Amino acid sequence: MTALNSTQVSAEMARLRARARRRMLLSRVFTYLVGILIAIWVLAPLWFIASMALTTPETVRSYPKSVLPFIPFSFETMRFFLQSRGIVPGVINSVLVAVITLILSTLIAAPAGYATSRYIFRGRDAFRLSILAVRAFPVVILSIPLAVTFINLGIFDQVYSLALMHTALTLPTTVLVIGSVFASIPYELEEAAQVFGCTPAQAFRRVVLPLVLPGIAAAAIFTFVMSWNEVFAATVLTVQNRTLPAQVLVSLQQSPEPYKFAGGFFMLLPSVIFIFVIRKYLFNMWGQITK
Amino acid sequence: MSEIKIENVTKRFGSFTAVNNVSLTITDHEFMVLLGPSGCGKTTLLRAVAGLGMADEGRISIGGKDVTYLPPRERRISMVFQSYAIFPHMNVFDNIAFGLTMQKLPRAEIQTRVRQAAELLHIEQMLDRYPSKMSGGQRQRVAVARAIAMQSQVLLMDEPLSNLDALLRLEMRAELKRLLAELGATTIYVTHDQIEAMSMGDRIAVMRDGIIEQVNTPTTVYDYPANQFIGGFIGTPPMNFLMGQVQRRDGSVVVQLGDHSVAPKPEMASLLAGYDGKPIILGIRAESMETLASPAGDALMACVLVVEPLGSQNLLTVAFGAHRIKVSTHPSFETRADADVWLRFPADKIRWIDPEAKRTLYPK
Repeated sequence: MTALNSTQVSAEMARLRARARRRMLLSRVFTYLVGILIAIWVLAPLWFIASMALTTPETVRSYPKSVLPFIPFSFETMRFFLQSRGIVPGVINSVLVAVITLILSTLIAAPAGYATSRYIFRGRDAFRLSILAVRAFPVVILSIPLAVTFINLGIFDQVYSLALMHTALTLPTTVLVIGSVFASIPYELEEAAQVFGCTPAQAFRRVVLPLVLPGIAAAAIFTFVMSWNEVFAATVLTVQNRTLPAQVLVSLQQSPEPYKFAGGFFMLLPSVIFIFVIRKYLFNMWGQITK
Repeated sequence: MSEIKIENVTKRFGSFTAVNNVSLTITDHEFMVLLGPSGCGKTTLLRAVAGLGMADEGRISIGGKDVTYLPPRERRISMVFQSYAIFPHMNVFDNIAFGLTMQKLPRAEIQTRVRQAAELLHIEQMLDRYPSKMSGGQRQRVAVARAIAMQSQVLLMDEPLSNLDALLRLEMRAELKRLLAELGATTIYVTHDQIEAMSMGDRIAVMRDGIIEQVNTPTTVYDYPANQFIGGFIGTPPMNFLMGQVQRRDGSVVVQLGDHSVAPKPEMASLLAGYDGKPIILGIRAESMETLASPAGDALMACVLVVEPLGSQNLLTVAFGAHRIKVSTHPSFETRADADVWLRFPADKIRWIDPEAKRTLYPK
């Protein structure tokens, strides 16, 4: 009797376990399915652009477009794009603006991030809010008065004045990211360093700096990408010295399809690569725990 | 010589007074535990000694030298932090060597001292590992090794065991006690765990609301709590408190607990006589009561509500009148819920507490 009971019980247990396992499998399949869908939604256009950019201009012009990518594989389209008027100076300008923005933004944001994450001071919240407030205004509202101001100051249509604008635009994110990087370093580490013989400055240099450097580098790269991608302010604030996105944007209407695909591909390449490299720090920014 | 002298130290955060005019002397080689519930100011006091949060008022001296306003590095102390605070970008060797490197000691000397410290904590096999690859217990050992490698006369510990799981904590407690006894450094050890305080300290300073309520040896604090708070805070289960009434009867003094009358010790009688007709709190520990299974003339009848067999003892929750108290009995004492038991209160185990001041009364 008991033996029968126990077999019944174990059969029931097995059934329950199998059901639980099935349910778990199902939910995992569902998660992956959604993940794959999102990935396709993001990656398909990138793939399409890449496949068009890396083939011959004739293939790009043909219609209907081939679904099979890279056939025939060729750098012809890219060469055509890069040889178009204003592209090489545009690239140089873009890199210059992005590098100046990166340097300015990091130099300002590192101490600001440290202060907002380490100290509670009068006006801290107002300071954070004012940084964010820059992003609250559409770039269009900021750009046009700024263009007028720049003309009056005689610094309109300059690479460095655009870099100033980009610095203002990227600062909110950079301060937040760098602030979260500092916040992830427990203050107790600095205190421990001080107990074991460091001055506050030495504690910062020997303990905090080595720990935050990768995060700050990530924030700097992110700044670079934001500046590299920024098109609106660049279009308003430059005329002769256009950055690459501004150059591509203004010539978009009159240009042939190979130009568009190659331009798109050329511009998204650095972003995709850099974001991929620093992705774990960007997750950090939203509070996800990463090892 | 490394006596730590804390004189009239006050520390405020805004309008909140975390440490209120505290004085405490920790003698050379002494192991002093600061014990108290969270928010009582014990960590703030420790940090004032460490130099990590300067005192607003008062004076702190270490080994006769006034350190009140010196930065931590000039106080010749070492410290173990609650979160361990070991440096994640350095391996175990560099972590332990950190303080020694800052002192610019010769390489050979650093090598020896790090090895010694690592061996004392049984982590000599892990010197080239990084903290991220170590368990909590191992990191804890690194933190202690880093502190003792300094060979400083003063060791400060801020809840060093509180992040370990129960079993590891038990093991580490004994190991740490032995290690610190060997080192002989003057130690301040902060904890909220009264068992840790009892088991480790030469003396315990019990803190509450920024004030030290009692400083004495663990057994004295346990047996003779200065007030109701300490009796209730130290010990598992905490001391029982019963409200009684003092009555003078033809020259002798008794305390009425409902129908039952308790006779105090003769030396307490005169003190209690002053409370004639007034309420008084009777404090007694769970293990101090005698429990009888059958009626006796001088015993108080109570009804058993819960029996908790704990292996080494049976813990009873009993009720009489409106009172609920905990009584611990020998595990062989047989009873069950809803049964009656008879309790005897040995006069020398009873603490009498003033119900207004909450202070324990002791004969002069």
